[in-house]
Amino acid sequence: MGTPAASRRPTRRGKGGDAFSADALWAFAFVVPYIAVFLAFVVYPVGYGLWLGSSPASYRALFADPIFPRTLINTLLFLILGVNIKLFLALLLSGFFMREKWWVKPLMLVFILPWAVPAIPTFISVHWMLNGQWGLINNVLWDLFRMDGPPWLDTTMLAMSSVVVGYVWKWLPFWTVIFLAGRMAIPRELYEAADVDGATGLTAFRKITFPLMANLYVVCTLLSTIWTLGDFNTVHFISGGGPALTTHVLATLGIRDAFELGDPRMGMAAVICALPLLIPLVILLMRQLSKGEVQL
Amino acid sequence: MSAGVGARRWQRRFSDFGAGLVGIVILVWTLAPLYNMVLVAVQRKEDVFSSNVWPVNPNLDSFRAVFHESYWLLGNYWRQMANSLFIGIAVALLTLAVGSATSFAIGRLRIRMGWLLTNAALVTYVIPMSFLAIPFYAIMRNYGLSGSPWSVIAVEVTFATPYAIFIFQQYGTSIPHELDEAARIDGASPWQIFYKIYLPLMAPALVAIGTYALLLAWNEYLYAFLLLSSDQTITVPVALGKFLNSDEAPWNFLMAASIVYALPPVVIYYAFRRYMSAGLTMGGVKG
Repeated sequence: MGTPAASRRPTRRGKGGDAFSADALWAFAFVVPYIAVFLAFVVYPVGYGLWLGSSPASYRALFADPIFPRTLINTLLFLILGVNIKLFLALLLSGFFMREKWWVKPLMLVFILPWAVPAIPTFISVHWMLNGQWGLINNVLWDLFRMDGPPWLDTTMLAMSSVVVGYVWKWLPFWTVIFLAGRMAIPRELYEAADVDGATGLTAFRKITFPLMANLYVVCTLLSTIWTLGDFNTVHFISGGGPALTTHVLATLGIRDAFELGDPRMGMAAVICALPLLIPLVILLMRQLSKGEVQL
Repeated sequence: MSAGVGARRWQRRFSDFGAGLVGIVILVWTLAPLYNMVLVAVQRKEDVFSSNVWPVNPNLDSFRAVFHESYWLLGNYWRQMANSLFIGIAVALLTLAVGSATSFAIGRLRIRMGWLLTNAALVTYVIPMSFLAIPFYAIMRNYGLSGSPWSVIAVEVTFATPYAIFIFQQYGTSIPHELDEAARIDGASPWQIFYKIYLPLMAPALVAIGTYALLLAWNEYLYAFLLLSSDQTITVPVALGKFLNSDEAPWNFLMAASIVYALPPVVIYYAFRRYMSAGLTMGGVKG
């Protein structure tokens, strides 16, 4: 910003005041669409949602709902297990896909399929696979071991585990690709130098890969937890909240209360119950991002 | 010395074997739900309710039913595909328009309030989409948009634009400011700079974000389900959800319809893979 700016300024001023105001008008014209979108579709609904969820009566009704404690536990289970299993596997697999074998590239192309295929059809497919009587999983179990598989979606534990597995299946490729890009950014010379010093395998991972990827891993964990907190589709299509409404998470419970029970205030109360978790996560994420080592 | 080399060779062979095993596990894990879709789609209804692991009498009848809409739940299938496509394209174009204009103003015109807009985008980015479904349902009625595809388009553009702004701003830093300055000296207006210099140079980022927005809209379920109501206006995922909840369970039709709906995004993914990974890697690790 040295000389060009300095030499340009007088000429612009020489043109007179209209040049500046025309620029300001242009700038305004360029930002108006986004400001309009932000006010009409972010500020207004957020404000309206908070207003809907501001009556204590709806919280009393929500807390009195016998499935509410179960929903809270499910939400935490889904977040802690789902996100961490997924990201840890993604970290390991990103290392696996760094291998220089002829079949690794084609395998990678197949591996990203769950990410490419829309979520709804695959979750419906998983739902059917888990059918106790006619599902593919139990059919395979019978063919291989002559044993009857359990009705996967009829007990809370199994249904919740199925949801987590379906979730990991769907999102593992995306995060593996992210970590793969992170690993590729690490200079090869570091590993070569470490190899000379006799550090390979686990030691190289501990001393080089992990320290350099740690920030990325933390940001991914935070971001993924935030996204997963709002995940409606996985639970809705794999377990449908069943059996007996025992596998709901806050995101699905809010929709159910608002639209199936016809009580939008109670639904919004359920959503707001996620805020004590969401807000600290967002603050942590912003802090991590402001360090500037990882970009969105 | 030779023993050491031998041990190393064995170690390598063992590790190759292990890698191959992991590869097979990955393959089975990845393909199982997709195989299940095909397995169900190519069988007759009676054969779906059986303990088959491999298809019995494989045939394409259910795909034919989808193409000819010859089952009542499939009655508006192609209409719904057109709805999905329309919403997807509208979301992609509007996201590109709003996102590129905003990032141009922040990064190129260097408006004073730029940081405010960036923060607004960041706030929107971290709001889980489904959390605003309940207020949106009421608000769309106030806007007179309920039942209209534009309500879904508006929501999706809102949630796709922040990411577009981040990516455009990042990508925009690679375009030298001297270009703008030279154009200014030649008397170009900001609009001309935007249209003739900024957009053409941003082409790869535009392709990446356009694809991202298109697929986001194509895959969206919740808002389309809540805001659209009639069989004529809903999108395909909503129709699939209705299918699932109907008392009859013609799973072969449902899976055939699912496969037809899933193919376009898969093709787009693989065709634009290069752009996608450029756009979606979130910058990776710096330095």
